[in-house]
Amino acid sequence: MNPQPFLRAFTAPAWLCAFSFLAAMVAVLQFSLRAYVPGSLDPGGFTFANFIDLLKPLYARVFFDTVVICFLTAVSTLIVGYPLAYALVRTQSAAIKSILLVIVVTPLFLGEVVRTYSWIIVLGNNGFINSILLNLGIIRQPVQFMFTTFGVVVALVHVTMPVMVIMLAAGLSHIDRDYQRAAESLGAGPIRVFLTVTLPLSMPGVVAGVTTAFAWTFSAFATPQLIGGGRVNMISNLVYQLGFASFNFPFAASLCVAGLALTIVVLSGLRLASRRLENIGPH
Amino acid sequence: MPCSAYQRLLGFAGKFAVVLILGFLILPAVVVTIAAFNDKAILSFPPQAWSWRWFAKAIAYQDFRDGFRNGLVVTAWSSSLALVIGAMFAFALHRYTFRFKKVLEAILVSPLVIPHFTVGLGFLILAAQIGWNRGFAVVIACHVVLVLPFVLRSVYVSLRNLDQSYERAAASLGASPLRVLLTITLPLLVPGLVSGWLFAAMLSFNEFTASLFVTSQRTQTLPVAMYNYVREFADPSMAALSVMYIVATAALIVFANAFLGLGKVLNIEQSR
Repeated sequence: MNPQPFLRAFTAPAWLCAFSFLAAMVAVLQFSLRAYVPGSLDPGGFTFANFIDLLKPLYARVFFDTVVICFLTAVSTLIVGYPLAYALVRTQSAAIKSILLVIVVTPLFLGEVVRTYSWIIVLGNNGFINSILLNLGIIRQPVQFMFTTFGVVVALVHVTMPVMVIMLAAGLSHIDRDYQRAAESLGAGPIRVFLTVTLPLSMPGVVAGVTTAFAWTFSAFATPQLIGGGRVNMISNLVYQLGFASFNFPFAASLCVAGLALTIVVLSGLRLASRRLENIGPH
Repeated sequence: MPCSAYQRLLGFAGKFAVVLILGFLILPAVVVTIAAFNDKAILSFPPQAWSWRWFAKAIAYQDFRDGFRNGLVVTAWSSSLALVIGAMFAFALHRYTFRFKKVLEAILVSPLVIPHFTVGLGFLILAAQIGWNRGFAVVIACHVVLVLPFVLRSVYVSLRNLDQSYERAAASLGASPLRVLLTITLPLLVPGLVSGWLFAAMLSFNEFTASLFVTSQRTQTLPVAMYNYVREFADPSMAALSVMYIVATAALIVFANAFLGLGKVLNIEQSR
């Protein structure tokens, strides 16, 4: 087909959009290298002091906690999401498929605030789970879910589940089912077929799902803020606190830059590890 | 194929696991619905008395009303802008090679993995530096960047699934490229465009973290208003609002699934 002359113009708005986004990211980078002037919103001269301050145990601890929470969430979401993605792709019934899709996709569009609030009602001291356990006489004291890492991770798994299931399902749906049929006809049982054929072939979906879940958890703010209640802190909470409680925007910006660097390192590490895994895995 | 007892047991265990997981997904929605109809202001399960009054209170609450209105303004602008920008770019991406194509694509897709608080802080600092006040323009620009990857993907997937022989037929019969685009390609893309726009609108309306950074008291959107409410008050008005949210969202998703085919849009149809 002839190259269409208007296609060149079609990229213009995209360039404009990309430049404004880059400008915003450069603004963060630039602020991260500026000194904080207490009592002023304008930053001072150029300095590396913000990045040196990041090494203080208080901040290093938050970085560590953030990575731990992201890993726990990504791995739990993978384990819980896989059976659902499998059912979604393999079910023969159109009705079941529609129901599964609606249940999986709806939470994606509810937003973090509504979902976090709902989990507060489920997990709170006089919330749903504790009320039921108390009424049944199983426990005497409410179990403490709020302000714990466990509570935060449970809510975060719920937040990242839709995107995980969608990515896993995309990976599973592109597997040629003849491989599976071949393994079955050669006498492999269902578990063996799954472990040696389906699971290895779905690795691209698994990697995509885990990396996205990791990045989304890293980005979460309302969940650790409201369910963690100051006792479970992630980088996002620290950035907000520094920006809007102390107006120390240069330090907030340096946290963002360090967080971004950390995400890139962890995600490329994950990709690298998964490539190794595929190489040693059965073919 | 013969089905042994072992295989049937395995199938049953799988179904049971899926039902449990679905229960986990639905649980918060069910619990929040029960809480919303609880007559008393203090949470208790099961509720002693039922009422609709928290719905009336939520609808009458001024911050929620303002947030809803601001949210509609931001959503309408950002999703429509993202649709135009994303659709045009998806076209160029699919049909045209140009310099820095991969770079531009990478930049525009990167907000998917860049934390939203970083994007929000960036636009906040940028706006302050170029002397914009924190009006709607900043919020809309920020939202366009955040929802663009979803529009891009949705339109790109439907472009890839498009049968180009229709376009070739029209072109060989003498239609100009622009005419082919307007009378053949665009009408065939309508499902992709509608679903892209719908996804962008829903994500923008619900965007919270970045909005918290770039909105002011005057421009705060509904999720920001809800967050502030949860921090200050504990009565079930928020539960009532959540129920309205859940019902409206589920209705939109059912609609999208019935008319657009979510499986196709999300690219998860089994190949054979």
